[in-house]
Amino acid sequence: MEGHSVTRVALLACGSFNPITNMHLRMFELARDHLEDTVGNYRVVKGIISPVGDGYKKKGLIEACHRVEMARLATESSDWITVDAWESLQPEWVETAKVVRHHYQKLAAVEQNNDDVDTVKFAKKRRIEENCHQGSSHQRSRDSPQLMLLCGADVLESFGVPNLWKQEDIAEIVGRFGLICITRCGNEPQKFIHQSDALWKHRKNIHVVHEWVTNDISATHVRRALRRGRSVRYLLPDAVVHYIQDHELYSAESEQKNADVILAPLQRYAGASSS
Amino acid sequence: MATCRIPLVLLACGSFNPITNQHMRLFELARDHMHRTGQYQVVGGIVSPVSDGYGKQGLVLAQHRVAMAKLALQSSDWVTVDEWESRQPDWTETAVTMRYHYGQILQKYKKTTGTLMDSNGNTTFISSPSPQLKLLCGADFLDTFKTPGLWLDEHVEEVAGRFGLVCVSRGGLQPELAVHESDTLSRHQQNIFLVREWVRNETSATEVRRALRRGASVKYLIPDSVIEYIHQHNLYTEDSERRNKGTVLRPLAKQAQKPVNSLDD
Repeated sequence: MEGHSVTRVALLACGSFNPITNMHLRMFELARDHLEDTVGNYRVVKGIISPVGDGYKKKGLIEACHRVEMARLATESSDWITVDAWESLQPEWVETAKVVRHHYQKLAAVEQNNDDVDTVKFAKKRRIEENCHQGSSHQRSRDSPQLMLLCGADVLESFGVPNLWKQEDIAEIVGRFGLICITRCGNEPQKFIHQSDALWKHRKNIHVVHEWVTNDISATHVRRALRRGRSVRYLLPDAVVHYIQDHELYSAESEQKNADVILAPLQRYAGASSS
Repeated sequence: MATCRIPLVLLACGSFNPITNQHMRLFELARDHMHRTGQYQVVGGIVSPVSDGYGKQGLVLAQHRVAMAKLALQSSDWVTVDEWESRQPDWTETAVTMRYHYGQILQKYKKTTGTLMDSNGNTTFISSPSPQLKLLCGADFLDTFKTPGLWLDEHVEEVAGRFGLVCVSRGGLQPELAVHESDTLSRHQQNIFLVREWVRNETSATEVRRALRRGASVKYLIPDSVIEYIHQHNLYTEDSERRNKGTVLRPLAKQAQKPVNSLDD
């Protein structure tokens, strides 16, 4: 209510989205609920899906144009989650920290004309922070929203993989921006944070959301099912299922793409690191 | 060349309180599995929501559960919702429901003289085997056969023996164990098809109701049209969850008079 300061925040998810699944979409919903209800002093104004570029060279990664389009189809019914193709259009792989910076700047730039997407669902029973909108003259020149990286626990734990991340990038993501991490069964993000000085230092910026109801729809599983001619209906939005069928994506052949190629970050950092 | 597959209809009985993506996945997984056996051609799927007489805690009115299931399955070209069970004045035993639907299926396929056509337009000749109806369920359902008073022995025999089960497992449940632990089920092992869902998906109607009570999002767990319906009718609140609290589940009450044979063979 009065004097209750609410931080506006946008969520950015980077990844292959190869293909996007209901699980990816659930991550956004869980993150938003967590920040707005459990943590309480946030209002999530936007969700951004940023599919990785083809330059990432991950095995089985199909063309970015398809992955972007599938994500667009998947988010058509969402009033707050959007897809941004910027990263996918870059010729070379772009470090996640750069992508975060890019989107932070973009959000700041459109701030003046920004109509916040109304993320209030009409049946939610939580208190509606309408006060934020009412009359205050400072609304137009308010700070741009905070931007947090949204990810699964596997991404958090990938911080420990040699040559996959630059230390200063990790520091920037958790220090300057923030991380919200959805745990799937079997991962121990809190323990991982505890064991890393770099992460521990910014633990207040790292939100861990427990997904009590395991929903393990991995894109890997979906691709496997498709290769074997099995139904993936109800694991992905219908529009995405149709798109995959229409374009005959995901075959044994497509899964072999980049099979002999080294993942871009490993290639880039392996030379630089002297371990 | 016509491979003389047995035309098969899958029937799912349950509360569907509400229907979820996971329910609809069951049909997809079951169909894929039964096709791969080489013996069956799945020609239809039926969702049969239980009647209000079931008395389960938190059960909202059948008219809503049926409406939501219809919305969810609008886009399906082979699974439909059937209201017969939900309209019966009292709770109906699963075996009785199966008998009803089997009668319907036999009639339906008799009408098409000469050929049988499934939803994909594939035709098989009438000299092919008569259609079958199997009960589609999750692995937790198999465990209910063990609950004293919930099932009549002769009904378990009928469901497993005469009709057959297609049971989809997920998470940590072991349907093989449930079959093994029951003499009746073991006897009809060849008529019990176990399908494994490798994706661990614990989404359940219970979890969906819990999330709705707490104002949390259920998007991507159930179809948007069902979410909208729920909000329009303000279903699934703390009040709705208390419905039937303390009431004895109807099958237990109805079958209490009859001798209960322990299934702990």
